[in-house]
Amino acid sequence: MAQWEIVIGLETHVQLTTASKIFSGASTAFGAEPNTQASIVDLAMPGALPVMNKGAAERAVKFGLAVGANINRRSIFARKNYFYPDLPKGYQISQFETPIVQGGGLTITLDDGTTKFIELTRAHLEEDAGKSVHDQFDRESGVDLNRAGTPLLEIVTEPVMRSAKEAVAYAKALHGLVRYLDICDGNMQEGSFRCDVNVSVRKPGEPFGTRREIKNLNSFKFMQQAIDYEVRWQIEQIEDGKKIVQATVLFNPDSGETRAMRTKEDAMDYRYFPDPDLPPLVIDDAMFDRIKASMPELPEAKCARFQSEFKLPEYDARLLSQDSATAKYFEVAVKTGADAKLVANWIIGELSATLNREEKSIEQSPVSSVQLASVVARISDGTISNKIAKTVFEALWSGEGKTADDVIAAKGLKQISDVGAIEKIVDEVLAKSAAQIADYKSGKEKALMSIVGMVMKASQGKANPAQVNEIIKRKIS
Amino acid sequence: MSLSAQDIERIAHLARIRVTPDEVGQVQAKLEGIFKLIDDMQSVNTKGVEPMSHGLDMVLRLRDDAVTEKNDRENLQRNAPQAAEGYFLVPKVIE
Repeated sequence: MAQWEIVIGLETHVQLTTASKIFSGASTAFGAEPNTQASIVDLAMPGALPVMNKGAAERAVKFGLAVGANINRRSIFARKNYFYPDLPKGYQISQFETPIVQGGGLTITLDDGTTKFIELTRAHLEEDAGKSVHDQFDRESGVDLNRAGTPLLEIVTEPVMRSAKEAVAYAKALHGLVRYLDICDGNMQEGSFRCDVNVSVRKPGEPFGTRREIKNLNSFKFMQQAIDYEVRWQIEQIEDGKKIVQATVLFNPDSGETRAMRTKEDAMDYRYFPDPDLPPLVIDDAMFDRIKASMPELPEAKCARFQSEFKLPEYDARLLSQDSATAKYFEVAVKTGADAKLVANWIIGELSATLNREEKSIEQSPVSSVQLASVVARISDGTISNKIAKTVFEALWSGEGKTADDVIAAKGLKQISDVGAIEKIVDEVLAKSAAQIADYKSGKEKALMSIVGMVMKASQGKANPAQVNEIIKRKIS
Repeated sequence: MSLSAQDIERIAHLARIRVTPDEVGQVQAKLEGIFKLIDDMQSVNTKGVEPMSHGLDMVLRLRDDAVTEKNDRENLQRNAPQAAEGYFLVPKVIE
């Protein structure tokens, strides 16, 4: 099959963490009874006028500063016109020609450790629409306007991603960033972070192909699956001599397929124009400076600090600084005096793997950062080996004991450091290992490893492997 | 600028306004008049004038982020032709 290049751009709707809506004083809390948080502004009652929420503007500026973008000190709200029952005004208030944030970008890290800078086109403020339910009533659709008017920041990238992996890495990095900044709660199930993915394929060097937009992806896993399916589908179409028609598609997680929701043959014409109800949004110097002063340490800066302060390799520092919860977990553990590199290894290795397997976030980890630090401390001081430490970790995970010391004492896992005791085990093993000893003497280094393995097994993992190694070498050379 | 009958039908569709075939000619003439007005305005020399998005030289007033509205569903739904189980009801919409 000929080589195809995948081109991906993302549009992400990030729900801002304000208490009230962008243009009304109604609550934005999730999960309320239908229409109990819909005011006359959200319902588009005649004569009701929007009043802009300062908190929404501040959060947008915060984001812009974090991604090194240009903050338009004067931005314009526009009306995006379309008809749908969950949009009672007949238009969505958005930003078009002059959004509040332009340019900037963020660095993503891929699994193999390589990094890539993803340029942003813009980020603009807008209001969310309401929700329609189609299956609750026989002949009617129900409309709930609680979500109408919820503030969103729509963040748009340039079409610079070249694989599903890059797209997912970007979405994760963005998700981490907005939570870092505390401008979005990041709850994907509740729709606080929704991605639309524009996908096209082309032969390298050719102009962009026709794109299809996968709407409303609310999990990283689905994003990966949806892009993989969509790319395969587009390539097959083209190789069959068919044309790609620009369309909006939905991903069905049950079938793993994407399907066109509407083709753009009757292209939407949103007839944008400046909203006469809303004069320009101006971020004055006082507001700008105040927001700038309130900025938390960002992932990039944190990554650099982890390298200089804790002497971590860049790869570790980057993984640990990508989201605020992981960074905090690491810093709390290190503060107890535990070895930073070992803590990093454990977070990136055992802890992440176990969290993934049990589908938990790091905030939900049954092993706290202080507990993990207690495990690491016992590895550092030679009380337990790395292998035994895994047993201790598992015990802490399932709630057997509060600290590593509890578990070590209760299960008798303390490493044997008494040379005499180890020598005795070594002697027993060597007596049965004439073949391996001969192999080792003839230059097969691997034979030594197998003897060490047998000794470790005989000691039930409680011997110190470095010490065992040394004693065996001394005895057989 | 001249508009075709098709343009008129498309604009009417986007605005959800019913324009009967008899009315198309009339609407076409009126809209062309408006376009003529725009053309006239565009012939004015605006070199060096910064484009404005609003007629008034005002800045958006910002309010503090606070919940000030209470649940008023019962009252507000009295205005709706149809409502049930807290929802506003509309003719079935299937995308």
